[in-house]
Amino acid sequence: MNPTGPIPAIQVAAPPAELERIPLIANQRSPGWLSDKIAGVVEGKTPLWWWCAFVPSVLFLLLGAAMVAYQISTGVGVWGLGHPVMWGWAIVNFVWWIGIGHAGTLISAILFLLRQRWRTSINRAAEAMTIFAVMCAGLFPIIHIGRVWLGWWLLPIPNANGIWPQFRSPLMWDVFAVSTYFTVSALFWYVGLIPDLAILRDRAQTKARQFIYGFFALGWTGSNRHWSNYEKAYLILAGLATPLVLSVHSTVSLDFSVSQLPGWHTTIFPPYFVAGAIYSGFGMVLTLMVPLRKLLHLEEIITMRHIDVMCKVTLATGSIVGYAYAMEYFIAWYSGNPYEQWTFWNRVFGKYWYGGWAMIGFNALVPQLFWFKWVRRNLIAVFIVSILANIGMWFERFVIVVGSLYQDFVVANWGYYKPTWVDIGTYLGTFGLFFTFFLLFLRFLPLIAISEVKGVTPQADPHHPLGGAKLKRGHS
Amino acid sequence: MSDPTSQPYGVIAEFDTPADLLHAAEKVREAGFTRWDVFTPFPVHGMDKAMGLRNSQVGWFSFIGGATGYTSGMLMVWYMNAYDYPIVIGGKPMFSPFYPFVPCFELTILLGALGAVLGMLCLNRLPRLHHPLLKHRRFAQVTHDKFYLVIETSDPNYAEAETRRLLETAGSRHVELVEE
Repeated sequence: MNPTGPIPAIQVAAPPAELERIPLIANQRSPGWLSDKIAGVVEGKTPLWWWCAFVPSVLFLLLGAAMVAYQISTGVGVWGLGHPVMWGWAIVNFVWWIGIGHAGTLISAILFLLRQRWRTSINRAAEAMTIFAVMCAGLFPIIHIGRVWLGWWLLPIPNANGIWPQFRSPLMWDVFAVSTYFTVSALFWYVGLIPDLAILRDRAQTKARQFIYGFFALGWTGSNRHWSNYEKAYLILAGLATPLVLSVHSTVSLDFSVSQLPGWHTTIFPPYFVAGAIYSGFGMVLTLMVPLRKLLHLEEIITMRHIDVMCKVTLATGSIVGYAYAMEYFIAWYSGNPYEQWTFWNRVFGKYWYGGWAMIGFNALVPQLFWFKWVRRNLIAVFIVSILANIGMWFERFVIVVGSLYQDFVVANWGYYKPTWVDIGTYLGTFGLFFTFFLLFLRFLPLIAISEVKGVTPQADPHHPLGGAKLKRGHS
Repeated sequence: MSDPTSQPYGVIAEFDTPADLLHAAEKVREAGFTRWDVFTPFPVHGMDKAMGLRNSQVGWFSFIGGATGYTSGMLMVWYMNAYDYPIVIGGKPMFSPFYPFVPCFELTILLGALGAVLGMLCLNRLPRLHHPLLKHRRFAQVTHDKFYLVIETSDPNYAEAETRRLLETAGSRHVELVEE
């Protein structure tokens, strides 16, 4: 084929410096340093700021418990619910909290399948956020049913008359979706924790710590025969959690879209809800991580590159949400349906006009700031945008739930809704629940997946000089 | 050391880098050992191949879990809504495979995930809270930044002097016996 001799080697210039990826862990930190740093957060003295955050969180938790006790002992009438708005803050808060949870699973599962190695610095804390957010979310439908002692009617158990739950109702689907979501998220989180619990066990200075961490580490030794099965199980969990997370908020959206109400009855809801959920979840991850990396001195592990990519995900999902808003308005106009058109007009010019503008402004427009690199690099700006994202997403759910219910088809059926102090107290109480658990998590479990972070360093790569690879002679 | 008649568990060799361990694992595999393992703080890329491990069987557990979840979900809804206490809703058929899809899908995921986790634990013989290596002085470094290769004394190819020499020539600076 080639009689003139060997083909000369193709000369390829090294890539220019500006194309070099920023390392995931700054300053070439070693695996041992990562262990010391992250486990040190759990092992060190409790910082003052932790108490300053923990005490108010517990007080809010107690406030929430008092509100729930009052509501259960008195009845749902203590909330602002009344005809025609029978779904108020409770459902708004349910959808809002469960949406926040979605970022954790996106980071841990979808980004794992997409081999986004930067996820390792934030996945543990985001997964914890998911679990606690789903707990806050799950509280609302249970207390919303009014007679909580009949909550078991939601389970596939026949009632006193032998009647089973009806599986044509999306509310039944929701029971399965949310409970599966909680269980699988907790499993995923725990499986990821096993090697890190072994780290804490091996570093433990007291018998009690050694026993407790050792017990939950299940006797993990880091055997490669174990890692092989472990990695496969982790991959399968990621593969299962990916369709799961997409299905959960889709199912939540079906609670609305299966009904006939203008503003609810649209086919765009499942993808629109999922995008909004991920948007708000990333907002919450940024809200938590921007101060945490500073307070715990983790800037070398959660680098500006991590913040930058999270901002970009926020921008992308916020833009999808903006597109969905535009499409909703287009379809309302294009449908020619006067009720549908009225609902969407009423969203921005009706009694709850502020909610409509808050959702458009904070969810579709504000994240557009992340097109600019200087905004993504300014931590104060990132923090503010991340909080606005969650305010906007709360208003989106408020507009969808209350805005669609309070003025529907017949004018005689119109009403108005406003929350009572019990509504507000219960909502504040879920913040107490969330932050109490999250702060306890920070104190007792490694907030960054130590063994996973070690695995993405060059020191962990047996084909990298830092991982001990010897360069063969003749190659450079 | 407590019981002089008991045989040691095996020989442990410490390595500093994943590359050294990878090459040592290749040597040990080529020497024909079967009862041996490597221990690392994180999964090392290429180690399964170096050790000659087959693809993990966890997938089967997950598949069986998922298939069970889907089937039992369908059967459950059919039994509840179409067989045990049928109620006509909107003149629709008592059962169709479409309306229970969402709960069945969720049960598929739930039991598939449980299958993966329980399968992993089952294949790894975990939880196991006592292990000779966990008592070993140096081995606590395995979760920190050291890499270990252990050849068990129960391996038919095991001969203390030769096994030690093999591990030393593979580049380990600490080769020790592990008591049972």
